[in-house]
Amino acid sequence: MTELSKSGAAVGEPATASPASTAFLEVRDLKVHFPTDDGLVKSVDGLSFQLEKGKTLGIVGESGSGKSVTSLGILGLHTAGQYGKRKAQISGEIWLNGTELLSADPDHVRKLRGRDMAMIFQDPLSALHPYYTIGQQIVEAYRIHHNVDKKTARKRAIEMLDRVGIPQPDKRVDSYPHEFSGGMRQRAMIAMALVNNPELLIADEPTTALDVTVQAQILDLIRDLQKEFGSAVIVITHDLGVVAELADDILVMYGGRCVERGPAEKVFYEPRHPYTWGLLGSMPRLDREQQERLIPVKGSPPSLINVPSGCAFNPRCPYADVPKDNVTRTVRPELTEVGSRHWAACHMTQEQRERIWTEEIAPKL
Amino acid sequence: MTTQRTSGRRKQAMAAAAVVAALLTTAACGGGKDSDGSKNGAAGFDAANNKVAQASLAKKGGTLRFGGAQDADSWDTTRGYYGFAWNFMRYYSRQLVTNKTEPGKEGAKLTPDLATGLAKVSDGGKTYTYTLRDGITWEDGKPITSKDIKYGIERVWAQDVLSGGPTYLKDFLDPDGKYQGPYKDKAADHLGLKAIDTPDDKTIVFHLPKANADFEEVLALTSASPVRQDQDTKSKYSLHPFSSGPYKFESYNPGKDLTLVRNTNWKQSSDPVRKAYPDKITIKFFSNANDLDQRLINGDIDLDINQTGMSPQGRTAALKQHKANLDNPVSGYIRYAVFPQSVKPFDNIHCRNAVIYGADHVSLQTARGGPVAGGDIGTNMLPPSVPGSEGQKYDPFELAGANKTGNAAKAKEELKACGQPNGFKTTIAVRNNKPVEVATAQSLQASLKKIGITADIDQYDGSQTTGIIGSPSNVKKKGYGVIIMGWGPDFPTVQGFGLPLWDSKYILQSGNNNYALIKDKAIDGLFNDYVNTLDEAKKTQIATQINHKVMEGGYYLPFVFEKFINWRGDRLANVYTTDAYSGQYDFVNLGLKSAK
Amino acid sequence: MLAYLIRRLFAAVVMLVVIILVVFSIFFLVPKWAGVDIATSFVGKQADPAAVQAVREKLGLGDPIYIQVWDFFKGIFAGRTYAAGGDVTHCAAPCFGYSFRSEQAVWPVLTDRFPVTLGLALGAAVLWLVFGVAAGVLSALKRGSLWDRSAMVVALAGVSLPIYFTGLLSLAIFAFGLKWIDAQYVPLGQSFTGWLGGMILPWVTLAFLYAAMYARITRATMLEVLGEDYIRTARAKGLREQTVIGKHAMRSTMTPILTMLGMDLGALIGGAILTETTFSLPGLGQAVLNAIRNQDLPIILGVTLITSLAVLLANLVVDVLYAVIDPRVRLA
Repeated sequence: MTELSKSGAAVGEPATASPASTAFLEVRDLKVHFPTDDGLVKSVDGLSFQLEKGKTLGIVGESGSGKSVTSLGILGLHTAGQYGKRKAQISGEIWLNGTELLSADPDHVRKLRGRDMAMIFQDPLSALHPYYTIGQQIVEAYRIHHNVDKKTARKRAIEMLDRVGIPQPDKRVDSYPHEFSGGMRQRAMIAMALVNNPELLIADEPTTALDVTVQAQILDLIRDLQKEFGSAVIVITHDLGVVAELADDILVMYGGRCVERGPAEKVFYEPRHPYTWGLLGSMPRLDREQQERLIPVKGSPPSLINVPSGCAFNPRCPYADVPKDNVTRTVRPELTEVGSRHWAACHMTQEQRERIWTEEIAPKL
Repeated sequence: MTTQRTSGRRKQAMAAAAVVAALLTTAACGGGKDSDGSKNGAAGFDAANNKVAQASLAKKGGTLRFGGAQDADSWDTTRGYYGFAWNFMRYYSRQLVTNKTEPGKEGAKLTPDLATGLAKVSDGGKTYTYTLRDGITWEDGKPITSKDIKYGIERVWAQDVLSGGPTYLKDFLDPDGKYQGPYKDKAADHLGLKAIDTPDDKTIVFHLPKANADFEEVLALTSASPVRQDQDTKSKYSLHPFSSGPYKFESYNPGKDLTLVRNTNWKQSSDPVRKAYPDKITIKFFSNANDLDQRLINGDIDLDINQTGMSPQGRTAALKQHKANLDNPVSGYIRYAVFPQSVKPFDNIHCRNAVIYGADHVSLQTARGGPVAGGDIGTNMLPPSVPGSEGQKYDPFELAGANKTGNAAKAKEELKACGQPNGFKTTIAVRNNKPVEVATAQSLQASLKKIGITADIDQYDGSQTTGIIGSPSNVKKKGYGVIIMGWGPDFPTVQGFGLPLWDSKYILQSGNNNYALIKDKAIDGLFNDYVNTLDEAKKTQIATQINHKVMEGGYYLPFVFEKFINWRGDRLANVYTTDAYSGQYDFVNLGLKSAK
Repeated sequence: MLAYLIRRLFAAVVMLVVIILVVFSIFFLVPKWAGVDIATSFVGKQADPAAVQAVREKLGLGDPIYIQVWDFFKGIFAGRTYAAGGDVTHCAAPCFGYSFRSEQAVWPVLTDRFPVTLGLALGAAVLWLVFGVAAGVLSALKRGSLWDRSAMVVALAGVSLPIYFTGLLSLAIFAFGLKWIDAQYVPLGQSFTGWLGGMILPWVTLAFLYAAMYARITRATMLEVLGEDYIRTARAKGLREQTVIGKHAMRSTMTPILTMLGMDLGALIGGAILTETTFSLPGLGQAVLNAIRNQDLPIILGVTLITSLAVLLANLVVDVLYAVIDPRVRLA
């Protein structure tokens, strides 16, 4: 924690230090750092966003950009069960329904987990306990937060399995995870996450481990359920295609920071960050021929220990030399408003970016 | 298979044992308040060695507690061969005559037990007649008859069922083996042995085909105990012998424990020998000799049933802290090396003498445990407990004198006379389960090297002793020029000790004990004279002569007249060692100072 | 499942027959190669060859090995009659014969001594499971802490110290030095406290060795399991941490431990020789050690059979348990 205070960020300050959030979910200047033998890994370094009920936020980025760390941070899973390891250092604020979670009693946060906020994990085979039946695991999730007997909970589990489209749910409820197909397992995982009608659902790469046809079904299911339950949803993915149809807002992460954030249609049709252009360019689209891909993101993701000075994206940015005075290598760009509810962090001027997008990038997409 | 090297694991075990021993020595200083001869404490060092310690303190009652590392080979009076088993059997078995319950040499003499007196010998020593006492009974109250005694003796003939025990009775009464034993006896009463007459229930007459001066000694062995036919469970008799003595079996779990309780039908008036002090006698068997010694020192048990001395660790601790509880008797055993004449060049007396002279006798004694735990340097082959022995006074090779540490010059001379001036190669055979014997073999190996004799040591499987060195053909095949052994008397006479070792008739193809293969007409003749001599003084004289003849033949290199360190618990009274059982405490009349 | 069990049991029976054959062969062939006649060790010092021959016949040593093996198994299932030199004894099934030395029937020896060994093994197992697993779990949860490091040093010591050393040491200290306990075996039926007093040192000594191994395995397994995704899922459900560890993580951690436990218990029933000898416990291990010293074949065979059976049974139980714990394992 001490290292963080050097940077001047709010460290473990009481929630009263800043005004209470009125949004359903608001993350303010979230930092998640992991001390290691090699140095401090700044997985998330000053992330802020808001999300309202009934809305979907898509967080997009490469692996290692800090998306999953963010979602685990919201659930409070960085502090629960960290035995012996060096503890994660977390600062900032996470407001859920008017409560600040980072400064709240851990047991209170635990009670919120699974009930008010639930999570769907990437690989359902490893995320489900191999020794318990699907039913047992759903029943357990339900009974932690509901004081009901096993029979009632089991009925609820069957109901949920039915709702997520598992055939013969009264039979499959007694099956073990390994007896399910991949898609079925993910449906079961979703049933388990939704069993308590959570107001916030975080889906971490919910379709990555599935084949393409099943992917679409699962995404449809998440969308339908969201409508039905009215929850807020965060979909975390490296694939812009996944969020294209699902998300209301999109947040693009790079090197532990937000580089662009805005309504989905803005980010898709008027992106204002070269990294977003790269993501759009590498997105497989049925209406485009593969070889025409123009702007693949070259190079590899930045080290989170020695984050490049200046703009974290500058080593990979084809336009790094457009701004004057080598500023991309010395000064870190802040998020600036580039449109209505649309922010991007880039040293290029609005005009330069508009020109490059309309003249160089958009035609090739 | 027969050779075994010390494995790494065993070395580890030894090292561990050594560390623990050191700890035990320090941990064992619990109750070190021994005042010599005190009423409740220990009687003092050697207080019971050849004399009675605290006789007057013995009270009636209490539980006498034995402990042991090894169970008897058999508690069947016919089958047991261990000395301590014979000693213990006197609690539940009586014989026509038995050893006197007196310390030392006196204990080796005979006294009437079931009989009213010692034998009336007639017919030139070939007929022995006894009359039985009144009031002698079995544990169910029925009287013991002469027929019961005859039947008990007949069981010795049933070697096919009741193997393991001494067969002197059979050898003396029926040397040709005409009788088949009671189980194959066609006679209705199964008493078909011709050599014994029982004209009435009170009289028993033995007819020997050939006189034997030691016959009465043999009748004092437990294998001459009465056994009642209706109680004979044959091979299972060892599990519950039927008592004729003051105590009877209450329970017995082989290898675990044994409990004797008073035989209420035994009458003190009928028994001039046994005092029967305690109410109850127990034996508990331990698999860890250290544990046993610690429990002796702790006072959890009163004495060691095996009577072979304490383990090296326990001995060290006891000598330091509890010397007044110890006795250091002579065991009656001689430890020695013997030279089979079938293995060249030991057919030549000079080569045998070369080894005898060349050996370092002090170092051999040290390997045996030194003068206290090992014994005095052995100078001849007759144990001090046997009449006719001269002890260290007879030392033809000056083993305890001038040649104590070996006489290389004399040994070289003998080698020259043997035609092997540069020495030779041979093999020393030693049991692998006796660390002390292995140590003596190594000591001998080292001193022989100095006179040019190269000796390999072959450690053979000790549990197979009779099969390996008891077979002369095997000994010759393996080239065992030197065999390390020990021997004690079955009964304290020259015949009871030396006949199987030295008489040419006892050279057997299997189970041989005459390892040297001695075929000396003079020795055979002396034994023949001995068995025909009834005069004690004359017998003693012949024994001395036999010993001299054996030594002159150079067949043996004696190491020590063995001594051992024996623990005597604080509670014991009326304790003494007896030559009847090779220096063991005489069990039968041990008492406790308190009936608690 | 049933077919599997039947197949396993059949294999076990074949295994037992093979084991018995091997024991017979070792007993008879090895002395033969060494040029030794076993019968001579059963007669007195000056027994004549006829007596040796008679003993050989009485012990059944004269028959070919396959006849002896056949008689042995026949005795177990149908009983057999021993007749030698006019001494006829019928031995009812299950007949394991009579000890060559003490002449007692082998079966009662086994039934008498088995509970001692079983009590030793089970009591020690409870101790080492409780302490070993607890220490392992704590070490895993406090990885890198002083507790973890010292626990693992003690565990290393426990694994490397030979049992006769720790055994003799504990006897020297607790039984003879401090005199806290008597440390003499007392049958359970006689006195419960006496039994406890006699068993506690053997238990602790034996458990020390095994607890060390179990602590190390538990720690390693627990650390691995804690990194699993399904543990994160359990936390995401809002489960209390003690439920996450105690239920979800422990169940997975116990799988390899149960496997080990089955093997170790089986092996202990056959191999607690050192412990039993050190503490003078009248169990199977002590019996077989004495029997080997005395060439008492029937006892050796009986103990071998019982302990092989125990090992095979333990393995079978482990396999079945494994399937019960881990539904991914199906017995077919």
